[in-house]
Amino acid sequence: MDILIYGTINSVSLALYALGFAMVYGVSRLPNFAHGSLYILSGFVTWGFLNSLGLNYLLSIILAMVATGVIGALIYQFVLIRIRGMEISEIIATYAIGLAILEGLRWGGFKGMTYTLPPFIEGSVTIADIPVDYQRLLVVGIGGALVVCLWLFTRYTRVGLALKGMAQDERAAMMLGIDSDLMAVVAMGFGSMLAALAAILLLPLGNIVVESGYNVLILAISVCIVGGLGSWIGAILAAFLIGFAQILTAVYLGSHYQMVVALLAIIVTLIIKPSGLFGKQKELEERV
Amino acid sequence: MKVNTERRRERIDRGIKIRTDGIYAMMSWRELCYLSAPRLVLIAGMLILPLVMPGMYWQRVITITCIYALLALSFDFLAHFVGLVCLGGAFFVGIGGYMAAILNTSFGLPPLLTIPLATVIGAGVCTLLLLPCLPLRGVYFAIVSLMYPLFAARVIEAFDIFGGTDGILGIDSFSNQWVEQYFVIGVTLLFLFGIRRLVNMDIGLVFRGVKDNDQAIKASGMDITRIKAMAVFIASAMGCLSGACLVHIYMWSGISQFALDFSILPIAATVIGGGGTLVGPIIGCLILVPISELLRDFGTLRIVFYSIILVGFIVFRSEGIMVYGQRKYHQFERWRKV
Repeated sequence: MDILIYGTINSVSLALYALGFAMVYGVSRLPNFAHGSLYILSGFVTWGFLNSLGLNYLLSIILAMVATGVIGALIYQFVLIRIRGMEISEIIATYAIGLAILEGLRWGGFKGMTYTLPPFIEGSVTIADIPVDYQRLLVVGIGGALVVCLWLFTRYTRVGLALKGMAQDERAAMMLGIDSDLMAVVAMGFGSMLAALAAILLLPLGNIVVESGYNVLILAISVCIVGGLGSWIGAILAAFLIGFAQILTAVYLGSHYQMVVALLAIIVTLIIKPSGLFGKQKELEERV
Repeated sequence: MKVNTERRRERIDRGIKIRTDGIYAMMSWRELCYLSAPRLVLIAGMLILPLVMPGMYWQRVITITCIYALLALSFDFLAHFVGLVCLGGAFFVGIGGYMAAILNTSFGLPPLLTIPLATVIGAGVCTLLLLPCLPLRGVYFAIVSLMYPLFAARVIEAFDIFGGTDGILGIDSFSNQWVEQYFVIGVTLLFLFGIRRLVNMDIGLVFRGVKDNDQAIKASGMDITRIKAMAVFIASAMGCLSGACLVHIYMWSGISQFALDFSILPIAATVIGGGGTLVGPIIGCLILVPISELLRDFGTLRIVFYSIILVGFIVFRSEGIMVYGQRKYHQFERWRKV
């Protein structure tokens, strides 16, 4: 039973890590290696609003999300747009930006165990004899709501439809009058906001540690690759697959092996079926 | 009336470059110098460097620079001549390093034997391990190769093999410092000119064919995976060699050899020096490694610095220093009216 409950929670958190990455990649084919650092950055921004400026928690959350979204959009607008389409440069540039943010934070003294965000609601509830705190339940609830909202957003709003169109066929979308550069900026902004949302939901469960930025990035990438780059449904299913696999290994083998599972999942998926579980679009191009 | 003063810049090869293209280069000293000066300056410069360095510390920096230069060379060769972007240079370093460490401590072989053995065996191991993902290309190969060193480090940590998190201690060092330095410098130069020769031979043409149009190579009846495996063997041999040297210099081998530094700094050096020139990465390393040593006092801020430099180069001057230098050396520019 505890495997079921904690597996679900772990899977939803993985899905939250991965959604932003999947969104950016799906729309603009940009592997955003700065995703993990945006996640950590938004945690510290929230902490800063909350503790240094003394704002209300809800207000600082909203401000931090907006700020991270703007930062992501600015990174795209001023740096990444110039190297669009050059895959190697994109990877190196986003990775370097991520590294700069994380190491800059570390240099700025944001390290150690002193930075924590308070949970939204204190306390815990017992489900089938297993104590689960409210924050973890909130993660699952908001994660589920987010997926539904994203589904509605890409189906019934103009911006969402434009993003979806770009993800399917950029040239056709441009012919229909969708500004592809603008949409890519919007996607990067949304992706960063999703990273911030994940951070705000998940960071209260522990400390804000700079190093975990790398782990978030690896987990996001592994979920997206196993699910098929650019496919949201695939990403969510893969999150559950890896999430439960991780919890099972943690229970039966030991928690060292959790990260090994994620990395092994990537390597095996890439070797057997590089386009992932649900990535159908570029199956032929990836393999000779 | 509007006067049209638009101008454009035009680049023309220098006369001497054209004269030195053919056999006539042998006719005069001037042409011979023009052809051989850049190479001789590099070789002589590399050989003199340890002598002019002010102390032990900076001599060590030069050795480390050469080790990074080997890695950068291997990245450049794989990325720009075979089309496999390998973000996991650290994997080669780690495999080579652990191999040399085990050969030295468990079998008692001297460094003179462990380094060549670690190079060849390590390259074989790397090639075998990477073999399943060789059919991949582009961003997929980049990601999977980025994962390999992380995976290797986690496996060593989790299974507690090869000394676990403590690493392997008590490895022999080189017999003295001059041997260490000139060995590393010599090997770097040897590989630089060796790879240059290699990419201009027939097999080099096939390598470039794999990069530009693999379907054509396949249509010519050649096995792409085999050719890629050969290229990976050559590149990982360079990586393993540098790892083996590193282990014997520090007399220690540990998980930190799989650290991202060994993957990122060579890439940065290649971008800054100029990809596809083979000399560029070495020049990039000669610039970047000493700078990062100078900035050691700033702690992690230096990583921020060179990340920003890297982004700047990628966005604004993606050709790199070496390509720019070559252009200035071989061509002159003038303005002409349109």
